[in-house]
Amino acid sequence: MTSTVSPATVAEASAPQKRRRSSGGSPVNGSRRDAWLLVLPALIPVVLFSVYPLVQGILLGFTDAKAGLGQVVSFNGVDNYTRLATNELFWNSFRIGLIWAFGVTILQFFASLGLALLLNLNLKMRWLARTLALVPWAMPPVIIAIMWRLMLNPTYGPINGGMRALGLPGDINWLGDFSTALPAVIVVGVWAGMPQTTITLLAGLQNVPSELHEAAAIDGASTWQRFWHVTLPALRPIIVAITTLDLIWNFNSFALVYVLTAGGPGGQTMLPMLFAYNEAFRYGNFGYAAAMGNVMVIVIAAFLFLYLRSQARSRQS
Amino acid sequence: MSNATVTPTPARQETVPPETPRRRKSQDSGIPQSPIQRRVTRPLQYVALAGYIVFLGFPLLFLLTTAFKTPAELQSPNPTFLPTSLNFDNFIQAIAKANLVQAAGNSLIVAVATTVIVTLISLPAAYALARFRTKLRSIATGWILLSQVFPFILIIIPLFLVLKQIGLINNLLGLILVYSVWSLPFALWMLQGYVAGIPVELEEAGAMDGGSRIRVLVSIVLPLLAPGLVATSLFTFISAWNEFFFALVLIQDPALQTLPLTLARFVGAEGQVQLGQLAAASLLATIPSLVFFALIQRRLTSGLLSGAVKG
Repeated sequence: MTSTVSPATVAEASAPQKRRRSSGGSPVNGSRRDAWLLVLPALIPVVLFSVYPLVQGILLGFTDAKAGLGQVVSFNGVDNYTRLATNELFWNSFRIGLIWAFGVTILQFFASLGLALLLNLNLKMRWLARTLALVPWAMPPVIIAIMWRLMLNPTYGPINGGMRALGLPGDINWLGDFSTALPAVIVVGVWAGMPQTTITLLAGLQNVPSELHEAAAIDGASTWQRFWHVTLPALRPIIVAITTLDLIWNFNSFALVYVLTAGGPGGQTMLPMLFAYNEAFRYGNFGYAAAMGNVMVIVIAAFLFLYLRSQARSRQS
Repeated sequence: MSNATVTPTPARQETVPPETPRRRKSQDSGIPQSPIQRRVTRPLQYVALAGYIVFLGFPLLFLLTTAFKTPAELQSPNPTFLPTSLNFDNFIQAIAKANLVQAAGNSLIVAVATTVIVTLISLPAAYALARFRTKLRSIATGWILLSQVFPFILIIIPLFLVLKQIGLINNLLGLILVYSVWSLPFALWMLQGYVAGIPVELEEAGAMDGGSRIRVLVSIVLPLLAPGLVATSLFTFISAWNEFFFALVLIQDPALQTLPLTLARFVGAEGQVQLGQLAAASLLATIPSLVFFALIQRRLTSGLLSGAVKG
């Protein structure tokens, strides 16, 4: 991972030129029709089993569809949304979802930035931290959740054990208590999502030209000033990209919290995805659940729009 | 796949030279520091690094040690961190549970079938995307990005209804179909990056030497693409092996459950006595993804890195 980005970007930059030179659409006596022919086996299943269901899903949000055979489905316009507007449980779950998504994304970003900065230094044991940082990436989310359930187990978990050893109250039911469940789940979310963010930021750091640092150092800039005025601006596009993706992934995540708490205690960790899942597959209200999905898309899209616009603006100035 | 935690940005480049000690050094010395400053900050940096190692590593270590502990050890009021002896009872008992073996078999069938289908379908398509500059490229990119934003709840309900109509609910075939379709855009994108890394000139030279189209593809492009192809297929395998949400909705028959489903159910029934077995089973279930990930991580991360720079 510590390899640099330069060869890749060089190749990327030169690739279009090569293609353009052998113009006419194809390198070796091919045609556009060939391209479609080659893509068709991939295109058909994607359209049938993901584009079509997605469109269907959006439309379902405007119907009264329910689970069960022989149900008559009819469009009910914005009925679902007026019902949702007064559904306090849903908005509560929405609020929890936003706390979760923003909490995990922000904490994850700072934790990963710190780790990436350390990994970019010539420290001993760096390989160990780097390897450990990658492991959660390969683990099934269900297993990450199981592991942390063992960690947070009120009686036998090492976290309470450690607290008892330090003379602190070691009987906290982390995942079962109203006040600690959401923070505990957020910590697990940070742990699970650190790999991509760390590795991406590290890649970005290694791409910052060292000449810039040297020049700034010669001009008498302190370490902090160099970080603020050289590293951070150079990292900016990567930071925006990875935090955007993290926010989307976290808002839409399911497996981790489903296994950790299943939304409990008392709905304290009921992320919108879990709420909508229950609505659809427990209570069978397909149309209503799809409407929740639509609201989730709109809200997340609005946040992304605001965030990306503010980033684009401050980049211009 | 529905699992966001394993989604790197698409790979764009096949080979990245291995890191050299020289580069490490130059990176560090690229940030000059006075000796005094260094003497103050270095220990702090090590403290921070140690903190990260504990935060990241301790849960894994704990899972590992729990798997080797006997029920008596787990219930003892003064637990030791390390197990007193290396006993494999938990592993043996976990494997002896018929439903876990069956679930592993189901997971294997689904993951292998998904990998084969995705590889076969995405190979020609990736070649076309990389070599022909058509609108398809931007459509494919657009779809990959868009599919990230939409919550799976919107897709799963209609998919559930469609699969129910054609009798593929509670059927591994249905799961394979869904996994294939949902890994496809990503695998396609990864693979076309690797194709783009192969110089067109090689193909042109092959064609000039009188090789037929198929021959050029099989004897020139395919060997060069092999490492990228392996990385893409292993990544597809990992995604399918780890996936939970689709399986939860589409599979209800206990005999057809995949490993994540069975383990998630196991959690609900966890008694203190079973903690060790649960840990052992979790470790066993992680091994395939971990091994495959270790094989491809350099490629994934280098791909991620070149993808990230574009962003």
